[in-house]
Amino acid sequence: MPVPGDAVSLEEQIDRWRSYVRRRQAIHSVDVAELEDHLREQVAVLVDAGLATDEAFLVAVKRMGDLDALSREFAREHSDRLWKQLVVGPSDSEEPRARARTDAIVAFCLAVAAAVVIKVPVAFGIQLDQDAGFYARNLSIFVLPLLTGYFVWKRRLDTSTLRWLAVAIVAAGVFANVYPFSPSGYTEALTALHLPIALWLVVGIAYASDRWGQVGGRMDFIRFSGELFIYYVLIALGGGVFTGFMGMIFQAIGIDLEPILGSWVLLCGAAGAVVIASWLVEAKQSVIENMAPVLTRLFTPLFAVVLVTFLGTLLWTGPGVDIERDVLIAFDLLLVVVLGLLLYSVSARDPRSPPGAFDVVQVVLVVSALLADAVALWAIAARITEFGFSPNRVAALGVNLILLVNLAWSAVLYVRFLRRRGSFSLLERWQTDYLPVYALWAAIVVIAFPLVFGYI
Amino acid sequence: MEINKDLIAASSTPIVLAILAEEDSYGYAILKRVQELSGGRMEWTDGMLYPVLHRLERLGHVEARWEVAESGRRRKYYRITPRGRAQLAEERGQWQAVDATLRGIWQALCLRVPASHSASAIPLPQGA
Repeated sequence: MPVPGDAVSLEEQIDRWRSYVRRRQAIHSVDVAELEDHLREQVAVLVDAGLATDEAFLVAVKRMGDLDALSREFAREHSDRLWKQLVVGPSDSEEPRARARTDAIVAFCLAVAAAVVIKVPVAFGIQLDQDAGFYARNLSIFVLPLLTGYFVWKRRLDTSTLRWLAVAIVAAGVFANVYPFSPSGYTEALTALHLPIALWLVVGIAYASDRWGQVGGRMDFIRFSGELFIYYVLIALGGGVFTGFMGMIFQAIGIDLEPILGSWVLLCGAAGAVVIASWLVEAKQSVIENMAPVLTRLFTPLFAVVLVTFLGTLLWTGPGVDIERDVLIAFDLLLVVVLGLLLYSVSARDPRSPPGAFDVVQVVLVVSALLADAVALWAIAARITEFGFSPNRVAALGVNLILLVNLAWSAVLYVRFLRRRGSFSLLERWQTDYLPVYALWAAIVVIAFPLVFGYI
Repeated sequence: MEINKDLIAASSTPIVLAILAEEDSYGYAILKRVQELSGGRMEWTDGMLYPVLHRLERLGHVEARWEVAESGRRRKYYRITPRGRAQLAEERGQWQAVDATLRGIWQALCLRVPASHSASAIPLPQGA
């Protein structure tokens, strides 16, 4: 008979075995339960035959067979299990399932709220097609507070943080609406463009809650943002098919849905989808492989090749950069893309693994982007007085400098890491520490630019 | 003597179905029964039985239910379905045909070269 001490260690051993088997994707937990019953019976029989429990356990595990081969067999029988299901899968125990359901209901209600809120101005006689400026400025103020609310509810944010977030949102509402913008002016467009960026920091603080102070918390927010973007694009594609289909079949019976589709389905759908996509990212984060890093892997080498070719051609043909008025925006976009590629390869990289070939490609990409941008800046600096300081140009220049500083220091840190003079986590820290800078700059553009440039 | 993997894989369906045709059973007991019937000559890797059972369940040859065993643990019992019985009859016919063929050829071999009978390791299957 097993003594109590043995029994405890058997339970421990079985616990360890169970968690080990559970890691196999093809073997679900009901199967693990079935195998465990088998294991226990085998052990009991062997102990009766005179073996010590630990010996019996070892023999029983051995007889169970090689786990790799076993999970291959399970995978062959249940090939669907290798595809992680996108629909929110049923979890094993009752409690997480109930929590997931509440989560889904709250997200759905907030999405409906976002869809309703975005149509509230209509009650005050503000129409989308007539007051496009109003909608452009306030779009993020309608949607992002609800998204923030979702995370406030989910993370149970403390009231002091909550107060600051509320202040920020109210301030955003005030600055978006008190200035007497000239209709379809530059500063109005800049506000519409920068306010979401500033408010995204509010979402981020709610998302990371008490982990905002840590690199890990902010990095999670970066991952979340990337996945959200991809989910949102996918939902938008689906929405496009949906509305197109709806318009088409109603056209066939002589009803024109165009007005409803544009101002209701599209607008409300776009607002609600932000919350729904966020909820999906949250629900899926442990289930599905993150997409943003996969895309990064795919496009980093391509962008690196293009940029190196561009620089090579530039050197070969002489300094013939044709500086148009909008060239700065093009280079801003280039830096944003490169930063995105850098960010999402940093977010997916194990900081402990040593430098590899992909890291070299990454550095080539960043350095060539910096050089290309430097050429453009040099060319534009020579003629900036000729072009004049319009609000658009100052904003574009500001963004360019912010991105340039980020990428330049990232390049330095990355090269140090490649030469094994620094750790990769320094790069992570730099990227996550830099996040508030974007929001700060966006806030400056929203608050100061209309005043400085006279609301043009 | 080790029976090769293909043979084990091919015979697993009729063996499991036949054992379940005797009575409802569960994984460990099925393996015990296989050992008993084969006199320990059929060595199945324990875990491999379960994918087989799950395949039979998917095909509708057996159905499973969870019960609490006398030990207090939850245990998954399998029961053969009418479809499983039909499948068993079918497999039985096939295996009998294979068996008859082999018996015929073994006998022919024994008659032709009786001298090599004791030296050869081949003609064992009478007992199989």
